[in-house]
Amino acid sequence: MNLIDATGLRVSLGGQPVLSDVDFSIAPGEIVTIVGPNGSGKSTLLRTLIGAVRPESGKVRHRPGLRLGYVPQKLAMDPTLPLTVMRFLSLPRRVPAAERAAALEEAGAGTLGDRPMTGLSGGQFQRVLLARALLNKPDVLLLDEPTQGLDQPGSAAFYRQIEHIRSHLGCAVVMVSHELHVVMSASDRVVCLNGHVCCQGHPEVVAQAAEYRALFGSGTHGALALFRHEHSHSHDAGCGHAHHDGHHDHGAAPASRTAEAG
Amino acid sequence: MLDDFLIRAALAGLGLAIAAAPLGCFVAWRRMAYFGDATAHAAILGVALSLALSLPVVVGTLAVVLVMAALVYALSERGLAMDTVLGVLAHSALAFGLVAVTFVPGVRLDLSAYLFGDILAVSKSDLAVIWVGAAAVVALVVWRWQALLTATVSPDLAWASGLDPRRESRILTLALAVVVAVAIKVVGALLVSAMLLIPAAAARPLARSPESMAVIAAAIAVLAALGGLWGAFLFDTPAGPSMVCAAAVIFAATTLVQRLRG
Repeated sequence: MNLIDATGLRVSLGGQPVLSDVDFSIAPGEIVTIVGPNGSGKSTLLRTLIGAVRPESGKVRHRPGLRLGYVPQKLAMDPTLPLTVMRFLSLPRRVPAAERAAALEEAGAGTLGDRPMTGLSGGQFQRVLLARALLNKPDVLLLDEPTQGLDQPGSAAFYRQIEHIRSHLGCAVVMVSHELHVVMSASDRVVCLNGHVCCQGHPEVVAQAAEYRALFGSGTHGALALFRHEHSHSHDAGCGHAHHDGHHDHGAAPASRTAEAG
Repeated sequence: MLDDFLIRAALAGLGLAIAAAPLGCFVAWRRMAYFGDATAHAAILGVALSLALSLPVVVGTLAVVLVMAALVYALSERGLAMDTVLGVLAHSALAFGLVAVTFVPGVRLDLSAYLFGDILAVSKSDLAVIWVGAAAVVALVVWRWQALLTATVSPDLAWASGLDPRRESRILTLALAVVVAVAIKVVGALLVSAMLLIPAAAARPLARSPESMAVIAAAIAVLAALGGLWGAFLFDTPAGPSMVCAAAVIFAATTLVQRLRG
């Protein structure tokens, strides 16, 4: 059974249509990257999947007892709230200090425990949010542009960490990326979103693209892969799939790939 | 002992301080200062209705404040800016309240007691209402503490943790309404939000965690209430405003200490 099944999602924010007729599902252990241009509804889709946004029509079904680990893009925290990283990790469930310290360690933020939340840099903040998500022992980890503000090696290191966490916890991963052409190589499936699902499929293995490998490959230990697709079509006239260059495996069946997750 | 009006006044101030200060922390953290102000202004309309219908003042203010809060949420969800909604509703409710009071025979002279409080005229039954209300508010805030804090840090994180942040904000609104209703007699409708916000703001430089901020704020509020009462007795000044002055002096002191510490 899928962890999350969303069908026919239609979402408007402030009267503006953001998502229309979006189907999305994630199987246990699967890694899915959602790509799309700015304003394409990626974050909204993620927030709809966790239940923070009510769709106008369509349904989001969680597997009973599903545990979510959500890492938002940013939090608007008021500086009048005195909150250390360690205290933040005990929200809403109180967690023993040793467990919290271990989660920080796993998220690569081991030294940040006593720091106030409002004094963290963007990258540190992301890692603390990741640590908090891990404490929930999630079945699925949902990350909203986690590599924003990171340079290429930084993104690669982060992706390797996510892979490590996935193989360690066996959780599924849904990741939103604003980067259209470079995605995590471990992705089982890439979903291209632009208000609707334009296409989805396996990311292309970059064997033949040696020139891109030269650019990203050696410095990233293969953590980045290219997802080649063209956006020459018009979105006004519905969305056929014929415009793609045939590299995607449309309608990939994720269930068959879950065996690789463990 | 309760026959002494000064003892009754001190106990009334104490009850309000203990309930208002922790709630005031949430008002500060969630940037709801104007919301507190608006609901407090609406309380005057509640006073007018209570007098016209010969209901206890607490009942009328509680009802009007809750209706006001529902109206604020309804209008802001329709896309009006929050501060505009609050400005319109707060002053409308205050104006309607001031006008409505003039239709109730025999209360014209008492109006300033509801605007600025009349703590020296607190009766034993007023005292009972204040302490029951304060105890209810403290119990509510303690019970929901972790969830309230999570929803304050981020509604989306609350959703992902299986909490409904809208429920938590309704709980806060209810607590706020109770504090406003019991505070009318102590500091009056115009100064309620001062007793919510100033102790919290004064506690911030001294606090290292949300819990310590709530406790320090309560201690500061108690100090302000008793100090203000003592000052009012000594200099023959109005008691409600004197309590707020005392809180403001403490705020100035803690802010100065923080500056000097660097």
